[in-house]
Amino acid sequence: MFAIMEPLFTEIGKYGKLLWWSGISLRDFSTYYDNTIRRMKFIGIQSLPIVLLTGAFMGMVESVQVLYSLQNRAPLYLVGSVVTESIILELGPVLTALILAGRVGASIAAELGTMRVTEQIDALEVMAFNPVAYLVVPVLIAGVIMTPVLTIFADVIGILSGCIISILTVDLSTAEFLKGARRFFVPWDLTYGIIKSAVFGFFIPANAAYVGFFTKGGAEGVGKATTRSVVISSVMILILDYLMAQFLLKAGW
Amino acid sequence: MIQIENICKSFNTHFVLNQLSLMVNQGETLVIIGKSGSGKSVLLKLIIGLLKPETGSILIEGKNIVKAGFRDLQDMRRNFGFVFQSSALFDSMTVSENINLALRKHFKWPEQKICERTTECLNFVNLEGLQEKLPSELSGGMRKRVGVARAIAGYPQYILFDEPTTGLDPETAENINQLILKLKRELEVTSVVVTHDMHSAFTVGDRIALLHKGKIDIEGEPAVIKKSYHPEIKKFLSGYTLLK
Ligand SMILES: Nc1ncnc2c1ncn2[C@@H]1O[C@H](COP(=O)(O)OP(=O)(O)O)[C@@H](O)[C@H]1O
Ligand SMILES: [Mg+2]
Repeated sequence: MFAIMEPLFTEIGKYGKLLWWSGISLRDFSTYYDNTIRRMKFIGIQSLPIVLLTGAFMGMVESVQVLYSLQNRAPLYLVGSVVTESIILELGPVLTALILAGRVGASIAAELGTMRVTEQIDALEVMAFNPVAYLVVPVLIAGVIMTPVLTIFADVIGILSGCIISILTVDLSTAEFLKGARRFFVPWDLTYGIIKSAVFGFFIPANAAYVGFFTKGGAEGVGKATTRSVVISSVMILILDYLMAQFLLKAGW
Repeated sequence: MIQIENICKSFNTHFVLNQLSLMVNQGETLVIIGKSGSGKSVLLKLIIGLLKPETGSILIEGKNIVKAGFRDLQDMRRNFGFVFQSSALFDSMTVSENINLALRKHFKWPEQKICERTTECLNFVNLEGLQEKLPSELSGGMRKRVGVARAIAGYPQYILFDEPTTGLDPETAENINQLILKLKRELEVTSVVVTHDMHSAFTVGDRIALLHKGKIDIEGEPAVIKKSYHPEIKKFLSGYTLLK
């Protein structure tokens, strides 16, 4: 049993070391400052269109399906409650994270992987640079800060488009939708959604940086690293989503 | 001075270097020759601390780089330039950014001075005016020379070359050889050149060492190596004399 698990433990050990090293490298401010700004632009601004698109469709689908379920069974203004709650708690953070795992995670893994196999990371090291501070810390900081920001954008546009669809399809008024939205809302839900997205926002670039930083085996290795980064992050998002719902959601209530 | 003493390095169960010892004197150019896969790149990476040996020590001016902590390692590396076989230029940066990245970090210089030093280094390798080009826009020989410019930018005392002429046409290779000689002549650097190009070895080397089966089998001045009866050396030399 242990023999089978051993490679896994070695990997987790390496991952842990990289994170530990990143933590220590936070002191190396001048090395990561510029790159952090650049990464924030990349993760934040350039991901905004796809995140907004996702958010809009998420809100539209959600409201159509909720209205379908409520029809002739419960007051329709409740659509406001269900759409808002489900977007803030679940859909906004998770869909945004999955999109970013594909878009941002893959590109970070490919970039670092290429730098590894073409010896650019070695080049940084021999120039007495701390490659972790230069390459890994910026994506971690940018991820933790920008993912919640993007999630809030997705939430807002999702709820807005859910509202518009309700108005257009079942003659609900904005006031009624908002009444529903306020009905079960507690601020903790929003806090929880943001904490959740920050956690995702840490692990997406962390996974990508980890597989990229330790890439082996040329162009093929880079391809594998990219795929691995997306798979690991996606699975991790689902698992963390469950764990946080189970252990964190009630804790703050 | 670089003193390598009883170095062992293996990957998994595969021994690459076995009890290897070697000395690089101040101001000389030492050439290490050896077949592909004999561990030449590994040896260079050990010298600069990118890899750690299982046993043995590597003393740089008396300080053991094998045992150096993070800060010491950084300080020791600032004395080194490393020219990678694949050039390893940062492909998202321009030529001048490649050259002055380390300058910006390690020297608290005004922009003007950084620019001047960048130009100076580019001129040294005869690549005037290429500051704003991207590495992908350059030929292999030009990238090699940018690699050299980047390596010398921080005024290193030691420069390590990993197969500087491999994969280049004879004329470009000769350019690089002349550049290595010029570095020694004008900047008085100590160099270690790893290669399997015998012409290059005889052109730039003050001493030549053969890396064979994980050890330095024979070392000496070019004239000595030329007369050697070592079977590996003879293989290298037969290719060389055929070319002549
Ligand atoms: N990071 C590594 N992991 C595993 N094996 C390696 C690694 N680096 C080098 N090797 C092995 O060490 C041996 C020597 O490699 P190298 O020093 O690159 O040879 P060369 O003399 O051609 O430069 C090769 O057999 C290579 O497979
Ligand atoms: Mg090599």
